[in-house]
Parts: sequence; C-alpha cells; structure tokens
Amino acid sequence: MKRVRPPFPMPNVCAVVTMAMLCAGLVGIAVPSQAGSPPRRVVSMNVCTDQLAMLLAGGGQLYSVSALAGDTESSVLADEAGRYVINHGLAEEVFLMSPDLVIAGTYTTRTTVDLLRRLGFRVEEFAPANSFADIGEHITRMGELLGRQEKAAALIAQMEARLAALRAQPASGKTVALYYANSYTSGAGTLVDETVKAAGLVNIADTLGMQGTSQLPLEMLVLENPDLVVTSHGEYARPALAEEGYVHPAFKALIAGRKVVDVPARYTICGAPFTLEAARIMHDAAASAGENR
Amino acid sequence: MTLLTANGLHVSLGGRPVLNDPSFHVGEGEFVGLIGPNGAGKSTLLRAVLGLIEACGDIAISGQDATSMSARERARRIAYLPQEREIGWPVSVEMVVSLGRAPHRPAFAGLDAADRVRIEEAMRRMELQEFRHRVSTELSGGEKARVLIARALAQDAPLLLADEPTAGLDPSHQISLMRLFAELAGEGRGVVASLHDLSLAARWCTRLILLDKGAIVADGPPADVLTRERMRSVYGVEAYLGEAEGGLLVVPLDTAAATAVSEGE
Amino acid sequence: MSEIARYRLLLALLAAATLALFVLSLTVGPAAIAFADSMAALFGGEDAGPLALIMQEIRLPRAILGLMVGATLGLSGAVLQGYLRNPLAEPALLGVSATASLGAVIAIYTGFAAVFPLGLPLAALAGGAIAVVVVQAMAGARGGALTIILAGVAVSSFAAAMTSLALNLSPNPFAALEIMFWMLGSLADRSMTHVWLAAPFMVVGWAMLASIGRSLDTLTLGRDAAASMGVDLRRVQSLAVFGTAASVGAATAVAGAIGFVGLVVPHLLRPLVGARPSRLLPASALGGACVLLAADILVRLIAPGRDLKLGVLTAIVGAPFFLWLVYRTRRNLL
Repeated sequence: MKRVRPPFPMPNVCAVVTMAMLCAGLVGIAVPSQAGSPPRRVVSMNVCTDQLAMLLAGGGQLYSVSALAGDTESSVLADEAGRYVINHGLAEEVFLMSPDLVIAGTYTTRTTVDLLRRLGFRVEEFAPANSFADIGEHITRMGELLGRQEKAAALIAQMEARLAALRAQPASGKTVALYYANSYTSGAGTLVDETVKAAGLVNIADTLGMQGTSQLPLEMLVLENPDLVVTSHGEYARPALAEEGYVHPAFKALIAGRKVVDVPARYTICGAPFTLEAARIMHDAAASAGENR
Repeated sequence: MTLLTANGLHVSLGGRPVLNDPSFHVGEGEFVGLIGPNGAGKSTLLRAVLGLIEACGDIAISGQDATSMSARERARRIAYLPQEREIGWPVSVEMVVSLGRAPHRPAFAGLDAADRVRIEEAMRRMELQEFRHRVSTELSGGEKARVLIARALAQDAPLLLADEPTAGLDPSHQISLMRLFAELAGEGRGVVASLHDLSLAARWCTRLILLDKGAIVADGPPADVLTRERMRSVYGVEAYLGEAEGGLLVVPLDTAAATAVSEGE
Repeated sequence: MSEIARYRLLLALLAAATLALFVLSLTVGPAAIAFADSMAALFGGEDAGPLALIMQEIRLPRAILGLMVGATLGLSGAVLQGYLRNPLAEPALLGVSATASLGAVIAIYTGFAAVFPLGLPLAALAGGAIAVVVVQAMAGARGGALTIILAGVAVSSFAAAMTSLALNLSPNPFAALEIMFWMLGSLADRSMTHVWLAAPFMVVGWAMLASIGRSLDTLTLGRDAAASMGVDLRRVQSLAVFGTAASVGAATAVAGAIGFVGLVVPHLLRPLVGARPSRLLPASALGGACVLLAADILVRLIAPGRDLKLGVLTAIVGAPFFLWLVYRTRRNLL
C-alpha cells in the first residue's frame, strides 16, 4: 500500500511548530560538504528537497526521491520524479540504497534522521522556506552540496529576474483573502504572504494582524469582504470535513459574483522558483477581478 | 372469588428446572405463607406468577388468563414486593409511596384526590407520616422496608405478593407487618408472603404452602403443613413443635444430618 | 405544593439562563459587532450586507446547534442514568458518542453522505444504537455499575480506534487530521444545513426520551418492582436506546463527540429536583443547553481564532468531576 504523508497544503502548518522546536540548531550542525568530491548517489526524503535536488542535480547524481514527489497534488515536478527510485522515508529502505548523501527536510521524522546518522550516513536537513530569500539560500546550499554551484547561480538569477519583473508592475492594492481547507490562512512571515505581496496585493490576514499560519474565522472573511478569494481546493477524490468551509452558505454567498481563484497547493507547499507561478496566478486573477466589478 | 390460579408451572433457569409443576390458588381473604428451604423456588414462583420470568403453564388472575393481560392491568390486580429493597435515587419517602399509584394513572396525569387518599392511608398504616419528607435512601433497612411496603399498599391491588417482607425487621415490626397482612386478608384481599420464620408464618397465616425442589409438598392450614416429619425431610432439621399463647411454635433444634450421625455412632 | 412550585421555579430559571446564553452566544465572535447592530442584522432582510450574513448564516446556526446539542446531551444523560439506575451513565461514557462518530465518519469519508444526505444522521444513529445495545447486553438485566462502565470503555476505545483507522485509510490527506474533531467536537462554522439535517432526528429522539420519564420514576425501585407496577420494560428499553441513539447520533454527526455534559448536568441538578428521574429530564435538557452554550461561548473568548475544541473544555471540567464521582461511589462499584 502506498504510504502517503499529508502534504500540508499550507506550507507552514507545521513549519512554525517544527521550526520553533527543532530547526534552530539543527540545520547548522550538518557536516560541511567535502569540497572537490561531489556526491554520486544522493537520496532525498522530503518533497521539497526532492524538487530542489531534481532542479539542480547532474545526470545520475540523484538516485532516489520520496513518494510524495510523484504526487501531482504536492509536487510540481511529479512527472520528472518517475525517473528516480521512490523511497518512503524509512531508514531501512534508505540504508539499503547506500547513498553517499541523504537530504531530509526538518519535517522528516527525528528518529529516522538520528538513526541514519548513527549508521554513519551523511544527512543534510533543510528547513521549510518562509521567504524568497530563504529559497535563494536553499538553492545556493543545495548547489554546494551537490557540487552544482553554477546551475544554482543561474537558477537564482532567473528567479530574481522574474521576481523583479513582478515587483516592477504597479501594485493594484486589491485585497485578497487566502482561505484554505479547514479555514486556514497565511499571515505575516509566511512564504505565501510574501507571494501575495509580490503580486502587488494586500493580504487581509496581514491587515488583521495574523502571524504565520492560523485559522481565519468564516465571519472575519465575510466581514473583511476581500476583492479576491484564493482557495486551495485539493483535487482529492475522497471527501473530508476540511472542505466543509467551501460549502458553507455564508461562504457561497460571499463568493457569489466575486473573483475566486484556486492556487494549486503544489506551488506553495515548497519554496522554489516555481512558487512565483502562484504570484502570477494571483496577479492575473486580481487584474481580471477589477474588470468584473 | 379466586384471585390467583396457577396450574402446572414450569420454569428453567440456565437449563436447570426450578419450578416443577406446582399448582395452587389464592382466594379472597386468604393470607398464604409461602415456605420452604433456600433454593426451593419461592421467589421464582412469585416472579413467574407476575410474568417477570418466562414460565410454562396456566396462570389466571381474578379468573382472567394472565397472558391476555397488559402489564398495567396486571399491576392493578397484583402488587409485588421484591426481596431486594432497592431505591435507586435519594427521593423522598412520600415520592416512593406515591409510585404505587402509577398503574392507576393515565399517561401524563398527575395524582388526583383519590390517589392522595390511598397514599396517606398507606403511609398511616406503615407509620410513615413523620418520615414523609425524609430521604428514603438515608433510612435504616427496616424503615426502608416499611416505605416499600407502603408503596405496595398504595397500589391498592386485591392481591399482594411479598418476597421475604419480614427480613431485617425487628420483632415488633415483624409482628406489625404480619398483623397488617392479616388485616388486609380480613378486608377481603389476598396476600402471599414468602417467609423463613416458621413460627411467625404458623401464627399469622391462614394457609401455608410448603415448597421443596420446585414442587409443592404440602398446602393447607399451618398445623397440617408443619409436622416434625416434614421439618426433617424438607428442611433437614429436627424441630420442636409446640403450642404457645394460642398459636403454633416451631423451633428448629439441630440439623437432621447431625442428629443422624450422632445417633449412628 | 411547595415542592412543585420549587421545581417550576427551577425550570423557569434554567429556561431564562438558556435564553440569555443563547443571545450571548449570538453576540460573541471574532468579528466585533455591537449588540444593537447584531440584533438588527439578525432580523434584517436578505440584502442587509455582510453583517446579516454573519448573524444569520454563521452565528445563528452555531447558537441553535449549541442549544440543541446541549439539550440532547443533558436529556440523554439523565435518561441513561435513570434507566440504568447509575449516576455514572452518560452517552460518551457508554460509547454512544464514539460509535455515533464512527457511523458518521464512515458515512462522510466514503462519500455516502454526499450521495444521500440523510445517510449521515442515520449512520450515526445506527452507531449509537449499537453501543447502547452492546453495553446493555454485556451488563445484563441487573448490570452493575462496573460492568456497564467497563463495557462502555471497551466500546468507546474500539469505536475510536476504528474511527482513526477509517480516517487514516482515507486517501484525502486532511482526513487524518480530522480525528480531533470526531473525538472532541466543535461547533465552529456550522451552517443551517447542519441544523436542518440534525433537527428532525433530535426532536424525534427527545420525544422518545421524554415519553419514558414516568417509567424511569418507577424504575427507581428496580426492574422487577417497575415491571410489577405496569412498566413495559421492553418498551422503555427500546425508547431509551433509540431515543438516545437518534438524538445523540444526530448531535455527534454535526458537532462531533462532546463528553461529560451528559454526566455532570444531571448530577448537579438531581438534588434540585428531589432526585425524581422524570423531573430531572426537562431540567437536564435545559441545563445541558446552558452548559454547552456557555462552553461554546468560552472557547471563543479564551482562544479566539484557534478553533479550540468544545470537548477539550467540557473534559477539563468533566473529567475531574467524573473522578470525584467515582471516588464517592467507589464503595458501590464493586
């Protein structure tokens, strides 16, 4: 049976907690990369590091990615993931792959990471990205780890150019409400919030003084009356209470005759150059929202 | 008139036959003492008559087939005093006694004047007027027993079945209770009480039914039923049977087995 | 008749408290709305703007559900205690809430509820009925407190495990995160749809439970005595079982499992009604509504915007109370 870990469609549901508890010291203590001999058999155990590694790795360098990398809901590079061996984040499985570098996210189970370290593997951990600056740092670090500094630099230059172009456009100042499953929203200090700002929009969660990822009560959403509502409908075949908010009569009344845009979660789960795609979708939707009203 | 007729009752509990074909009847004005050793089936007999356990055989209540009766109709004809003196909640004495009126009240009606008269009468008979507002669960065992008897009296049924009503009562209250049952019989009602105190049974009952191993061994006036021979064969005791103050006296002396052993030595 | 007068006064006070808490519940929420505005918006027309939307579609259903779920828990707790003659009986402790959750979870996450909306309350009802029947069967006719509680614990744990399993197996990744809702309950962002779905089942359940009040009085003297006083035990049992299952099942289907209200409320009110089971029923229904409305107001005041689960609050108050009750009655337990 396929073991699916929740992809945490808001990039920061757990990130805040994980960061607070674990991240502080752990990222720093990773064994420094040995210059001159880039790893040749890399295993990535986290959907975000999977995608960064796929973007940067040289031919044959990346051996295995996590199962989630192949899930179109969570991964932008799902098609590409098919070219690699799939792992399920279990120490035994990774051990048998005998990698010379293991890349994990700080989401990855602590016990698994500790066990792999005890077994003598080199494990590098990446915290979730909360800003475009974080994304740049992560790309640089991943480039160094894989010995692909040039590719990394090119990727960063490309991303910054697109970001600059987006920011150069006049800010529309339209308000946007991010309303995800379980009525979660992203406030200040999150990658999504920065994405909204990059799109020249005002995040109502910011206006309401919300920090990080928290719940936006339906009645606040109704009261704030945003120009644009951004949802993150999963395309999951099976029902869950998480979607109840989208069928609430008050939500339906709010979105009647209003612009609602769905930003697929895969663009915002992981911080990567493709996160700018989310900004573009919101920007375009806001532009047409103005035409409608 | 016959208040209760039972014919050929059969009851099995857990595959073991408990009642073996007893047949008897209770008429108006009779105070029947149901006696017999432990496990003879006295409680089972009473419960079977009330339809509380599955039983084969014919039961007629006031001449009417019991199976065709609703539980409420039956409750208006037979009041029952179970052996367990259970009062589940700390309700007032008056409330417990008033429960006896339940079979007489339509679904959602309150107590009417006639009900109140019966309740007062029952409380007076059991000397409970002083206790009226006391919490019934805080009473002593004997007081609790009197409250529950009052409840059965308030039910005002022509027939009263009482399972060991004297257990736990002091001599004075035992005698008061027997006198009360005799009075009820005197008023034309029927009373069936299972009893262990044979002297008490002999002195107050108009008739005794002796039950052993689920069957009726003897049924008749106390002096006919209580013999030394039956005391030995049914109860397994040697007993002194005498006469005192115009009534029969039954005093068990020793177990029959012990006597037999000592005689055999 | 001072006793009756006292009882009527109690009911009047409880009704007034319920009304006050209902209105208070309407005025509490993350959106700061002045009292006058909120009342105007509540009775305003369709096009009264976002305030009317908030009042009519978000806060009104929440308050109504708080009232109905609370009344259900209080009433069913009082009936179960009266029927089992045990002060430790309660829908959640007997596993009714957990099995009703399981039924609802199966209906929702298999998509059955989406195809056939009544499937949700019906599945929850079936779950609840199974719990009462199993516990009753385990306890037997003269079920002691210990048997009933142990059977309830077993049924609850099993149902909770099956609920978790069903949610873990769901291909929707959110499902696994929703275990908390089904274990602890919440009224956040419910809508009138939920009210209309649950109300008919609750009302039918209430009617069934209320109809056995007088039989419960008689049951005070034990099953045999009650039967001899004309109580049809089989009828009382099926009304108690299905009334509890219908009302608690519907409540659980829309609000999740909320524990301890059904335990604490009847216990607190019992001395005030002279311990008479039939009088305890209306008092507990009103008391349950008060407690749940108050709890639902508190979760919004203590942790606004965090969707603190209702069951957390009721357990914080209820669990120590339960321990105290076990401590006090422990001599009768064994």
